[in-house]
Amino acid sequence: MASLTPRRRRATDWTNALFVLPYLIVFVAMIVVPLAWGMWLSTTKSDLFGTEGFVGLTNFVRLFGDPIFLQTVWNTFYFVLLTVPLLAVLGLALALVLNRQARWAAVLRTIFFASTVLSVTVVTLVWRLVFLPDSGLLSVVTRALGGTPIAFLNDETLAMPAIAITTIWWCIGLPMVLFLAALQQVPRALYEAAALDNASRWRTLTRITLPAIRRTFALVIIIEVILQFQLFGQPQLMTLGGPNNATRPIVLFIYETGWRQWELGYASAAAQVLFAMILIAAMVQYWLSSRREAR
Amino acid sequence: MSGVVLDGVSKRYGAVTVIDRLSLTIAAGEFVVFLGPSGCGKSTLLRMIAGLETVDGGEIRIGARRVDHLAPGARGVAMVFQQYALYPHMSVRENMAFGLRNAHVPADEIDRRVAAAADALEIMPLLDRKSTQLSGGQQQRVAIARAIVKQPDLFLLDEPLSNLDAALRMRTRLEIAQLHQRLGTTMIFVTHDQVEAMTLADRIVVLNQGGIEQVGSPMDIYLTPRTEFVASFVGSPKINLLPVTVEAAGEMTRVRLANGAIIDTAVAAADLPAGAMTLGLRPECIRPAALDGAPLAARVQVVERLGERTLLHVVLDDGTPIVAEDSGLSAVRPGDRIGLAVQPERAHLFDADGLGHHPAQRG
Repeated sequence: MASLTPRRRRATDWTNALFVLPYLIVFVAMIVVPLAWGMWLSTTKSDLFGTEGFVGLTNFVRLFGDPIFLQTVWNTFYFVLLTVPLLAVLGLALALVLNRQARWAAVLRTIFFASTVLSVTVVTLVWRLVFLPDSGLLSVVTRALGGTPIAFLNDETLAMPAIAITTIWWCIGLPMVLFLAALQQVPRALYEAAALDNASRWRTLTRITLPAIRRTFALVIIIEVILQFQLFGQPQLMTLGGPNNATRPIVLFIYETGWRQWELGYASAAAQVLFAMILIAAMVQYWLSSRREAR
Repeated sequence: MSGVVLDGVSKRYGAVTVIDRLSLTIAAGEFVVFLGPSGCGKSTLLRMIAGLETVDGGEIRIGARRVDHLAPGARGVAMVFQQYALYPHMSVRENMAFGLRNAHVPADEIDRRVAAAADALEIMPLLDRKSTQLSGGQQQRVAIARAIVKQPDLFLLDEPLSNLDAALRMRTRLEIAQLHQRLGTTMIFVTHDQVEAMTLADRIVVLNQGGIEQVGSPMDIYLTPRTEFVASFVGSPKINLLPVTVEAAGEMTRVRLANGAIIDTAVAAADLPAGAMTLGLRPECIRPAALDGAPLAARVQVVERLGERTLLHVVLDDGTPIVAEDSGLSAVRPGDRIGLAVQPERAHLFDADGLGHHPAQRG
């Protein structure tokens, strides 16, 4: 009997693997193959008709000498910096305020989350109506207050903040819901113990609530960094990357290089740079939060 | 050290009244146990004293101060929670110091108090560990230590032993008793475990359906239960309750069981109201006896040997189950037919309203 055991175990291993197989096929076909293909493309000179040949790191060297690409890298970082901290802080603030069992809180939770389900087309349409220099909501209000309307989307310094505001309004639902879920996991007894320990509301927030949800905070930051680095639809629909490339992010650069100028190899190289940036940012965040936890 | 006065306190959740105009006075330094089944309102009452539940009616005073309108932290109480409620991201030391820091106690005083409490509860080596790195028993000690450092007027303990294993529960029970002796602070302890109540309490408050059934010393509660509920809730194994009719009255009350057997009780008949009665006999008052001349005859079904005593689960001729007790070295075996003798002076009678009538010398 003993000699049969390893064979039986091997057979069991195979049947177990069958359960993962459907996902594995999809994962390899949709993630691994395109990723590897993209990496290969980035080292070639290719267009939509095919690959002309292997060029090594030439595309990457060209990228780092391309002032438009470098500006898109800066633009993307600037956008991430504008949106991610605010999404985390505002999401947390909303969750803290709306984490109660009142009907008004349930209604407001639904309202704040509702924007998330809208498509980027609708969101940008709504916010264009807000930012329009002549008849937009902001200009109407500014004029009513006696000021001069500002053309947010045509202003080099204000266009990106305007896109950031649009994005925060659109994306705030997910962080809020994640924080709400985390807040509801904090045992009520901890708050009761804090109340008996005479902790003020501020002390309770900083010493009980925030430490209890720090994993979710890290999760929100990582998710949002990954999402916001991929900025595309908002500038494509609101500013077309302008004015003067001030709102052109990396993904828009990749899209235009690949599908307008048909330089697939060059666009793939830019995509690899974006991939590396997201990976590094997420890893740094993960490393920071796990180090803090270990202390 | 302060006493506690509950004066007609009520608690309602919507239309449901969970505590109904309850009044109770607890002396300074007393160890009082709230005992009752799940849902009787004992934890709610404790939480009302702590300030974690609002009071819908009546007053709560701790010492000379009325506290029912004060925030929990302003009441001078410390509480040990069932789930310990230690702050998971803080070290044991920080857990203990948190309340003192909030009260702006000087740092050297905090260090002194933390060290003293840690020393008393033997948790010195754990002070710099995170509370999540501790075993259940260690967490329990930290929770108690966190309460001690505050030097409160009143300790509240909400089923603090229920998450511990049997051995640790016994040890911690003893330590809590020693702690009370040493500190002399008023303590209120909530439990549904009558053994904890009997062993720890100066006085037990038996609660049922939001009201007090009986308040008394553990032996008062055990020997003269005010109601049938108290008699059946306190005591393990449970008291035997048998429907009877009163046959003859006088110094002793003679009652007849459903199967016709006659039993004498030392309950004075003059106290008894008319109507159907229930006879209450604790297992230790029913002993095996020779079949001839014994008032009851029964067949043994199960013999439980507990070492120092033996529990006999028997059935009477009419199928009524009874638990009797014999010595540890009992020779009775399952299937035996035995006689049962009853101690008349330990018998209780409960009237149709559930009120208890006890032998005169104890009543």
